[in-house]
Parts: sequence; structure tokens; C-alpha cells
Amino acid sequence: MIQFNNVAKTFRRARVLDGITLNIGLGERVALIGSNGAGKTTLIRCLLGEYTFDGTVAINGLDPRSNRTVVLGQIGFVPQLPPPLKMPVGQLIEFSAALCGTDPLRIHAIAKRLGLDLESILARQFVRLSGGMKQKLLIAIALGRDAKVLVMDEPAANLDPEARKIFFDLLAERLEDATMIISSHRLDEVSALVNRVIEMDMGKVVLDDKVADAISLTATLTCRIVLSRFEPAFAKALDGWKFTSHDENLIWEGNIAGPDRLRFLGIISRYTALVSELSLAEAKT
Amino acid sequence: MKQLWLTAKLDIVESLRARWFQIYTLVFGGIVALLFLFGLTESRVLGFIGLSRLLVTYIQLTMAILPIFVLITTVRSVAGDREAGVFEYLLSLPVSLSAWFWGKIVGRYIVVFTPVFLAMAGAVGWATIQGIEVPWEMFGYYTALLAVMAMCFLGIGMLISAIARTTDMAQGAAFMVWLFLLLFLDLILLGVMIQGKVAPEFAVTLALANPLQVFRTAALALFDPQLIVLGPSAYVILDLFGVAGYKIFALVYPATLGLLSATVGYFIFRRGDLP
Repeated sequence: MIQFNNVAKTFRRARVLDGITLNIGLGERVALIGSNGAGKTTLIRCLLGEYTFDGTVAINGLDPRSNRTVVLGQIGFVPQLPPPLKMPVGQLIEFSAALCGTDPLRIHAIAKRLGLDLESILARQFVRLSGGMKQKLLIAIALGRDAKVLVMDEPAANLDPEARKIFFDLLAERLEDATMIISSHRLDEVSALVNRVIEMDMGKVVLDDKVADAISLTATLTCRIVLSRFEPAFAKALDGWKFTSHDENLIWEGNIAGPDRLRFLGIISRYTALVSELSLAEAKT
Repeated sequence: MKQLWLTAKLDIVESLRARWFQIYTLVFGGIVALLFLFGLTESRVLGFIGLSRLLVTYIQLTMAILPIFVLITTVRSVAGDREAGVFEYLLSLPVSLSAWFWGKIVGRYIVVFTPVFLAMAGAVGWATIQGIEVPWEMFGYYTALLAVMAMCFLGIGMLISAIARTTDMAQGAAFMVWLFLLLFLDLILLGVMIQGKVAPEFAVTLALANPLQVFRTAALALFDPQLIVLGPSAYVILDLFGVAGYKIFALVYPATLGLLSATVGYFIFRRGDLP
């Protein structure tokens, strides 16, 4: 599906990619991790045909640079930083849909599922949306077409827990017919989404490992937390996760998305001193 | 072609919401309004009166402002978009590089030329209502000159944007190009060259290679066909082209220069890193 063959990229004298060779097959969900400057973004830009480089990159045997429209027609891309576009949301959707040959209503439908009411913001400039709204719209544009490859740079970073749950559901719907490359600084942010981890450092692949594909993207976990004493900061941290409390805010209950469990535990870990009991159980199907 | 128009439309919408465009429109609309306000159509200079007088003043002012405005705004927005990640996202969509580059030029051209033209057309419209005689031939030729001037400096701006990797570099380069052209606009400099035993033909050729000088001379030629104010240079120019020939040259050469610059810019753009 995707082949990187001895890909090298140098900016002035800095070698940012140093002979990357990778094969990524259909249906693989790859976490591309590494610290800042590891070469993740550069590798993605080579894949999108945006950079010139030594070596070859091919998607289904086609070079993304010389076959731009064909290759990029199969790729849905979500950047880490939303571009500061001044155009209205409606026009961005029309433009993307027209180029990708998809129905704008598909983008509308996915945005709606993510909790983004497009009708009320169609005339608003993209740059004036909140970070979360921008992210949802870019995800909707990437998923609102028949992309065979999804390339996402920290896609869930600005989403609230509810939108993340829906985002995981949307990805689960594409498991059979799409390859996903999800870039992140931290493995715990994306570990539950992927079945392969590629770690980069100084422009090289330092780890390429298959991981257990045990966590279902659509799984839901029931969570119960008992506190020894209540602190308002704890309630604030759980804001957005839609938990309910009783017994004078000492018992908290709610559901979290399976792939979000590490992120959730990371948040709870800040209040370890308050937590006297915590249980996570997979909801029975 | 569909991709090209989509890109052009996108650039127009982006530009219409940009602050530079609002200032740009205000400047050219404001110039015409001020010229009317100060009663320029009532004054007489070198035998010019009415709308001809206004158009002559308008094109002189436009020649001073438009090149630097087009150069700076083009390089600022193109290089700025690249730096801000706009290229990274929009070029991840399935649009061909030729449609993207030329679409941007078409969109930008419409945005740059329309306010300048509308300001002049507005003046003509107002004059018609007021019963002032409209010099249609002059209006037609000045419109063509402005169209070509916008094309020329837009092409140069796109070339600079394709070469420069940062907004600062692009802005600096655009300013230097304008300054360089301005330097060779100075007829005194050409006079010194001629005094320094440089062949007059060479000095004039140098002047005519400068699009700013070409526009200036063409604007002059319309009310001073013998180019008396240019002094001896006029003999070389008129011997070489003739009056009508020079008017055609003043349209063809800058248009060619603009298109050539844009084409070179396109090949540099498609050969290198896009974002």
C-alpha cells in the first residue's frame, strides 16, 4: 500500500530523514511517534508529495509528487496545527469537496456526528473558530470522502472526551478499507488506536513493532471513582467527561471510550491522593 | 480547468477578507475621490482640463503606488501562507500544482486589478453624470496600461514568492526589486551615463528594460506624443518604435515580462519543497 524506500531529506546541512525504509499495508493503523525534530512531520510531507527528497515514496505504486491528484485523492489529512484560513467554513467545505469529488453533505454529516453544528457557522471565517471546532471540521473533511489512507497529526488533541469517543467510532468504521498513520509526541495518546508503532529519532526509525490489537475502538468502559474527600479541582478535571456524582460529590460514575483509557487515567493520576477506590469495567455487549 | 477556477475563487475570497485588500481599495478609491474633491477636473495644466486632467494625475499616482503595493502584498500573502501552514493543508488536497499556482495568479490578478479599474471607471461614470466629456481613447489605453502593470508586477511578485522561503526574505527582495527599478527610472542617472560616453542607445535600452520607465513614458506619450519632456532620449525611442509602435511596446513588453516571471516562478515552485 505505502512504501518508503531509503527516503532521505536534508535541509541545508541538517539531515532530517536518514534513509527511511518502510512498508505499510492496507488496514494497518500506525502510530508515528517521536520527540520534536524526530522527522515525523517531514516524513508525512514526503508522503503527501509536498517535499522533494532522495529515495522513493509510493502509494499503490504511484509517486505522490508526479501523480498528485490521483494519489492525494486517496489521502485524508488532518494537520496538527489548523491553517489560518480566512475563508468561510462553507467555502472551505465546498472547495475541499469539489477537489476530492465528494458530496459536501457527507462532510456535514460527519461534522454533525462530531457535535459540530455547521449550519450556524457556515458563514464564519475558519480562522475564527475555536481550536476544537477547527479540529472537528478538518477531521470531517478528511473522513467525509473515500480516502484509502488517513494521515493524522495529533488528531484528537483538541477534542473533548465526547467528540473523541465519536472520532474513535468513525475510525472504527474505516478499519477494513483504510490505512491510518497517526502521528503524536506521546504513545499513550494514540496507543489504543493503532496496531503498529513506529518510533522515529533523529530522522531514523528506531522502533517498528506490531502491538496487540486487543482494544476495540468502539468499546466503552464503565468507571466508578470513590474519593476520600472532595476537591473542586477534581470536578473541574472531570468536566467534559460527563460523570455524575452523588454522596456529597464523593462518588463519581460515568462511561469512557476504550481507546481513551490511558488519557483518562493520566488525568485521574493527578488526584491520586484523593482517590480511595477506582474501578474500570468493560461494558457487557 | 475546474481546479484552477476553484483555486482562483479561493484566493479571491481569502483576499477580500484580508486587511491589505481593504487598504488597497481604500487607497485607489480615495485617490479618485480626492481628485474630484479638490476640483481637479476644473483646473487646467498643459492644456489638460476635465477628465483627461484627472486621468493623467490618477495614472501618475497609480504608477507610483501600484507596483510596490502589488509586490509587497503578493509576496507577503504567498510567503506568509506558506509559513503559516496554509500550503501544507491546502496542497494536501488533490489539486495539481499548475492549477494551484496559476489559479492563485488569476485570483490575485482579479483582486489587484479590479479596485484600480473600478476607481477609474467610477470617475468616468461620475463625469458622464456631471456632463463632463470623457476621453474614451485615453481611458481605454490607460485601462490597458493598468492591466498590464498589474500583470507585470504580479508575475514578478510570484517569482519572488517562489524563490524566497520566508516572509521577511520575500518582503526584502520585493522592496529591493522595486528600489532597483526606481533607481533606473531616474533620467538624471541616464543623463550621467550618456555624459560618461555610454552610447545613448544603450542608456535608452536600459531605461526601456525597466517596466516602470516603460509605463511612465507610455503615460507621457498620450498627452505629449513627441515626448518633448524626455529630452534627447525621445529621439532614440521614437526612431526605434514610432509613436504607435511605442504604445504597443508599452503593453506587450511588461505583459511578457510578467508572464515570463510567473512562468519561471512556477517551474521553481513545482521543483522545490511546497510548504
